Amino acid sequence: MKKIVLMGNPNVGKSVVFSRLTGVNVIVSNYPGTTVDFSKGKMKIDDETVEIIDAPGIYSLEPSNKAEKVAFEMLKEVDVVINVVNATNLERNLYLTLELLERDIPVIIALNLWDESKHLGIKIDEKKLEKLLGVPVVPTVALTGEGIKTLVSRIKETKVNEKIKPTSEEGRWIEIGSIINKVETIEHRHHTLKDRISDLTIRPLTGIPIAFGIIFVAFWIVRFIGENLIAYIFEPFFEGVYKPLVMELSNWLEPGLVHDFLIGQLIDGEIEFVESLGMLTTGVFVPIGMVLPYIFAFYLVLSLLEDSGYLPRLATLVDNVFHRLGMHGHGIVPMFLGLGCNVPGALSIRTLETRKQRFISATLLAIAIPCMAQLSMVFAIFSSSELGSGSWHYTPSSYIFLVFLTLIILYVIIGLILNKFTKGDNPEIFLEIPPYRRPSVKTVFKKTWMRVRWFLREAIPWLIFGVFVIGILSVTGVIDWIGVVFEPIMEGLFGLPGAVSIVLLTGFLRKDLAIGMLLALASTITFSPMQLVIVATILTIYFPCVATFAVLIKELGVKDMIKSAAIMVGTAAAVGIILRIILLGV
Amino acid sequence: MVRIMDKKTMPLTQLSQNRKARIVNLDGGHGFQRKLRVMGIREKQMITIVSRQPFRGPLTVTVGGCHLTLGKGMARKIIVEEL
Repeated sequence: MKKIVLMGNPNVGKSVVFSRLTGVNVIVSNYPGTTVDFSKGKMKIDDETVEIIDAPGIYSLEPSNKAEKVAFEMLKEVDVVINVVNATNLERNLYLTLELLERDIPVIIALNLWDESKHLGIKIDEKKLEKLLGVPVVPTVALTGEGIKTLVSRIKETKVNEKIKPTSEEGRWIEIGSIINKVETIEHRHHTLKDRISDLTIRPLTGIPIAFGIIFVAFWIVRFIGENLIAYIFEPFFEGVYKPLVMELSNWLEPGLVHDFLIGQLIDGEIEFVESLGMLTTGVFVPIGMVLPYIFAFYLVLSLLEDSGYLPRLATLVDNVFHRLGMHGHGIVPMFLGLGCNVPGALSIRTLETRKQRFISATLLAIAIPCMAQLSMVFAIFSSSELGSGSWHYTPSSYIFLVFLTLIILYVIIGLILNKFTKGDNPEIFLEIPPYRRPSVKTVFKKTWMRVRWFLREAIPWLIFGVFVIGILSVTGVIDWIGVVFEPIMEGLFGLPGAVSIVLLTGFLRKDLAIGMLLALASTITFSPMQLVIVATILTIYFPCVATFAVLIKELGVKDMIKSAAIMVGTAAAVGIILRIILLGV
Repeated sequence: MVRIMDKKTMPLTQLSQNRKARIVNLDGGHGFQRKLRVMGIREKQMITIVSRQPFRGPLTVTVGGCHLTLGKGMARKIIVEEL
């Protein structure tokens, strides 16, 4: 099969062109031997199926970082390069174009963001450019699809360029200067509203309050979408359709081992999705019915923020703080991604440049960033009526606040300490701030789906496995034994009942499954609200779930992961003891 | 390295916000200079500071029609001439 690769600078709308060209079957893979991701898809040109590869965004072909190395390697195995060029910034983009043309490979140029360049008063004579470069040049607006058809129909015209000869870095800049003089004219233009908004969101005095506002609104929308998905789709389905089916199965199975594994315990003769702890009840309901709606809503909103161009501005505003924690502003990206599911968060630490930055980012992610499953756990514990919130001194939300406050303080303190004691470089922030753009609906949904898929692929198998393990442990009586063995540690260090150790053990498999365990436990043992604060906090920081753990081993290496894990456990123990002293007063 | 510093030549960090300047020189190693150039920060280009973050935070500049955020240490190695 013929291979076509899309190459271009970051922020030129390359992924949008990619979405336009390919269908739904897009695979994100890892370039062999590296940690660089790229997407792959298929399309038809004149009845011939070809493979389209979306290479990482790069500024030049000299392989000085991982992404550039991958792009460089990819060039060796493709038949055609579609060079996506930003028409609003032709001069800088032409550097990569010239480097591509110097190689013996057929190139076609998509002059993207064509509409935007016209708004900016930039006039490019694309016919003359085509003549000068000796390869097809097609103006495109990937967002609306304009020019994509022409681009595809002209792919067969591509040929190895004969006009551009290999030269030095300086030679290229001189060449670019002469090309720009011949093809581009720029009219003077005034500050537009978009520029003004851009300035306001990046200047600290106005930008910081706006950032708080945007984050607040974003979480409000996530909650709104999540709650409505549950109320109108997930709950009617689980209560109205799924429950009767499983109940039917439960009646047919009769009490016994198989029933215990599949359905779990009936509570007052009924299936309780959270507490029954069967593979088909809790194992299916918790990830799909409770966590998935919020994960979907969260990644949808995050993808919108990403594709509109807001995140680089936020990274600029928070760089100050993050630089002191041993990362730079870009460190906010793994943190945000991790709030959905820690797995995509852990995968994104590879975008940070040095080992030190990645180590700190990963450790902080695992300790202080609760994923949606953990968040729903914290909310579930404190809003559960069974835990007797009637007798509590404060409202449930103040206990929830206490948990989050502890996590924020931890993020900062541990970051400061790790920055001081981790060896290695912490290079400064250096990134492009793209203009605000209307996100492409197609790209946003594709991105959201990719991230939701990470969650589904990791969550479901582990949950079912987790329920299975707990089933075995409880049938064999090991669960009670663990509770007794760890009693002195739990009681002595944290002032908690020994049975909580089982909840912690479960939390390693899946954090959301631990909610079920804890709620089931709470029906037999009475917890004070402060004890619950301690459990929720420890459960968040002591260890990531096994899926995240596996990704982190791959990203950090075994040695660093052992160090990181030691920090996690140490922190959990220390925080547990401190909270015990402060909150329980003993 | 000895550089003749007249009144108007200064590191980018000392340029006032919203004033136009021309880049005259890049300090630092070859790799560093290349990294700046491919992102659009090159000799003879016009540059303006759009914003500065407080407490020795990064600068955001406009150069060659696009916005870039860069750390203060990097900005110190960009020598400009105010116009």
